Parts: sequence; C-alpha cells; structure tokens
Amino acid sequence: MSTAIEVSELHVSIGGSHILQGVSLEVATGEVVALLGRNGVGKTTTLRALMGLVPRAGTIRVRDQDVTRWPPHRIARLGVAYVPEDRDVFSALTVAENLRLAEQVAAPNYDAVYELFPELRQRARQRAGTLSGGQQQMVAVARALLNEWPVLIVDEPSKGLAPRLVAELTDVLARVSAATTMLVVEQNLAVVRRLAQRVVVLDHGVVVHQGPVGDLEDADLMRQLLGVSA
Amino acid sequence: MTVLADLTFSAVALSAVYFLAASGLSLIYGLMDVLNFAHGLFMTLGAYAAWDLTTHLTSTLSAPLNFAVGVLAAIVAGAVVAGLTELWLIRPLYGRPISQILVTIGLDLAAVGLLLGGFGSNSLSMPVPLWLFEATHWGSLSLPNADFVALIAGVVVLVGLEWFLRRTRYGIIIRAGVENRDMVRALGVDVGRAFTLVFILGGAMAGLAGLLNSVVFNGDLVSPLQGDGLLIFAFIVVVIGGLGSIRGSAVAALLVGVVQDFSNYYLGSHPGMAEIGNLSVVLLLALVLEWRPRGLFGGTL
Repeated sequence: MSTAIEVSELHVSIGGSHILQGVSLEVATGEVVALLGRNGVGKTTTLRALMGLVPRAGTIRVRDQDVTRWPPHRIARLGVAYVPEDRDVFSALTVAENLRLAEQVAAPNYDAVYELFPELRQRARQRAGTLSGGQQQMVAVARALLNEWPVLIVDEPSKGLAPRLVAELTDVLARVSAATTMLVVEQNLAVVRRLAQRVVVLDHGVVVHQGPVGDLEDADLMRQLLGVSA
Repeated sequence: MTVLADLTFSAVALSAVYFLAASGLSLIYGLMDVLNFAHGLFMTLGAYAAWDLTTHLTSTLSAPLNFAVGVLAAIVAGAVVAGLTELWLIRPLYGRPISQILVTIGLDLAAVGLLLGGFGSNSLSMPVPLWLFEATHWGSLSLPNADFVALIAGVVVLVGLEWFLRRTRYGIIIRAGVENRDMVRALGVDVGRAFTLVFILGGAMAGLAGLLNSVVFNGDLVSPLQGDGLLIFAFIVVVIGGLGSIRGSAVAALLVGVVQDFSNYYLGSHPGMAEIGNLSVVLLLALVLEWRPRGLFGGTL
C-alpha cells in the first residue's frame, strides 16, 4: 500500500518552546489514523505543520511530494483538505461564501456536501458567525469535502458539540473515510474507535506509541499513555 | 440655513477625498497587517502624473477631455507604483512589521526628495476645466462643482468597492483574509495575489485622492508634500473607522470631514483658533478610541 502522508523527524518551535521534538509517522493511502495524546503534547501543532501553517524542520511528504518547504495553499492544492480546531469559519461571510472560498476544482461537488449537510443549503445566506457551534462545524467539514480531495486532515471534529451532533458528524466522516485518507486528532475515544484503523500517540512532542485501534481496549496502556481508562 | 447647507456639502466633499485616501490604507492594513507610510506618496504621484500628462502631452485636447485624461493618469500612476511597491519592497518583508514601516517611510522620503529635486518646492498649477471653479445654483444654495466631482468620485468608489468585495471571488478572499489569513491559505488560496491586488486597488484610489485633493481643496495646485499632509487624516479616518473596514472608513471620513469643516467655520476665525479644525479631529479620534478602542467597525469589512 502506498503512503499518503509521511512525516520524518518533524521539529517545530514556537515562541521559544520546542513543541515537536522529532515526530515521525506515516499514513497509508486510504487509511484512517487517529493522533492521540494529552492536552498540549503537540497534536494540533503536528497538523498545522503538515499544512505548512507553522515554521518547521524535518521532512514532510504528501502524496509522494516533499512539501516541507511548500506554502499552505500549494499543500492544499496537492489534494489535502483541512478542518481546523475550533472550526475557523469566516464569521463575516455567509455560509455560501465560506463554501465558495473553498472551491479549488472546476466542478466542486455541492450535491454531495448538501446531501451530507442539508441544513447548509437552507442557511446558505446566513452569516457563519451567527451559526451554532454544530452548524459551524458542518461548514468547516463541508468546506473540506467540497473538492473531493484524497487526503483529509481533521482537528478535533467533536470538540464542544452535543452528543447527537457528534454522532451525526461521526457518521459523515465514516462515510467519507471510505474514499479518503484521513489523519484525525480526536479526544473522544468512541469517535476514534468508529473511524480509525490505527492510532498514533504523542507525548511531549514525540511519538510514544503506534498501533492498531484495538490498542484502545488495553486499559493499562491507555492509562499510561493518555491518563484515561478505555 | 443656506450657510449650514453649503457647509455640509463642502464637508461631505472633503469626506469623500478622505475616504478615497483612507480606504486603500485600511484594506492594506486589514488584509496584510502592513502600515503603509508610502500611501501619501501614491497620492502625490497620482497628482503629479495628472499634472505632467495634462500639461505636456494632452494639453491640446478639450478641457473636459484633458481633465478626464488626468483622472485616468492619477489612477494608473497610483496603481502601478503601489503594485510595484508591494512586489519589490513589501513582499520580501511580510511578517516583519518594523522593516515594512521603515521601508515605506524611506520610500516616501526618498521619492518626495526626488520630486523636490526634479520639480522644485513650488506648487505647480494643473490645467483644469473652468467649470470646476464655478458653482451650481440650486434655489438659494450655491454648490461648488469641484465638490460635486469629489462627492461623485467618493460614492462611485464606495459602491464599486462594496460590489467588488461582496460579489467577486477576490472580494471574498480579501474579506476572509482580513478575518483569518492562515485559514484562507489552508483552503488552497494563494493570498499573495490578493495582496498585490489590494495594493493596486489602494494605490489607484490614493492616486485619485491626490488629484482630487489638488483640484478641490488646493486650487488646482500640485506639491511634493501634499500626500503626506493628507496621509495624516487618512490614518485618523482608518483608526476611527476600524482597521480593515471599508464601511468604517466611509463613516469615519464623514465624521472627520464634518467635524473639521464645522469647527473651522464656526471657531476658526477667533484669535489663536486657526488650527481648531485639526485639533477637533484629534479630539474626535481620542473620544472614539476611548469609547471603542478597535474603532467604530473594527474587524469587519
């Protein structure tokens, strides 16, 4: 199986803090990998480094291209869709404008997006800043799915959402994952079990464990790595 | 009543020029975090380009046509110089705000020095149609035609900018970029092109503002330091309106123009009060910042 994402000895320092201290991981094409770890260990920074949004050292390869020095828009156009932590929808823009901004291919698949999130069609003219947290997350995911890009990077999709919305969003991501390579940061282990085939655990800026998602059932291991009981 | 109406009309015309000067500055800061101290230069060069062309190249045309050529020259000169400034001087310095400030101040000083050396410090008279110095009479009102021109230019640019920002893809990119530049990039958008476009737009508006400032308020005179004088008020308008907000700039320009003109008229004739208009504008700035530290419309386009 070919490799969609390959990270080797990734280092990131921000404001004098050495946040990532040599992260190495791989995601095979078509695979869904969950990036886990306690708060502040560098999960979001890893995703931001992958997207070219923070200064970085090491090697990042995406779809057989060395993108370590590429700017974010070139990495995205390689076929990498990104759903950031806290959604980052453009609050002053309408839902339709948020989606229009994300268009990067000749024929963006609005039909598929509206099928997954019918509510967005009704709210197309509403300012994104006036949406609820769940609706904003729908916009953020819809933006990422519009171009049907082969790689999807998602940062904490369930964060701050009601359980019903988490279930709906997980259903959507599960459907998408059938045709997409996905690297997801997620604290909700039920969501991880549903989506991921493998888990990678970070601690203090380095990878401390990699294994099949079944490792989540090892209570001792989870307590040791994440400080939680599975 | 007539005096009040005349005064209001003149204040609104002044506001239109302030808006033209400030809107580009506001967009440039809002999208790129660049405090562009060379913006005054774009205004000055716009006026000089218009003067040069209408005096030497197209002076044989009819007066209205010659003036139209001057307007076009001012817009193009401002746009070209601003675009080149972004590409050659600002682009290598993104993320280095102090360097940007120093470079734009240096560019302004150097170019104004060159203008002083090349054209001298005396103001130059631009050929403009005589009807610009006449007035349109409407009942008991006597409204200067030059004020009409400034007002129409301000309204056209405001409506055009609003259309551009809300109806075009680049407009959406700019509005989104003001809010969260990184996320725009992460969606696959090359923000660098939008940066250049915003500089070009800002420069075009500044060039027009420079020309109108000469024609409407300086009795058709062009001078090397005129842009720097206008830049101070442009910065005040941008700060009052909210950095990055076009609607804010429009409202703030109106406030500044009205406060300045009314203060000058009603208080400026008293002994020692010659600069009361400028002082009133600074007081307005202080009051607004005390009430809303991010300006009236800070953070949104």
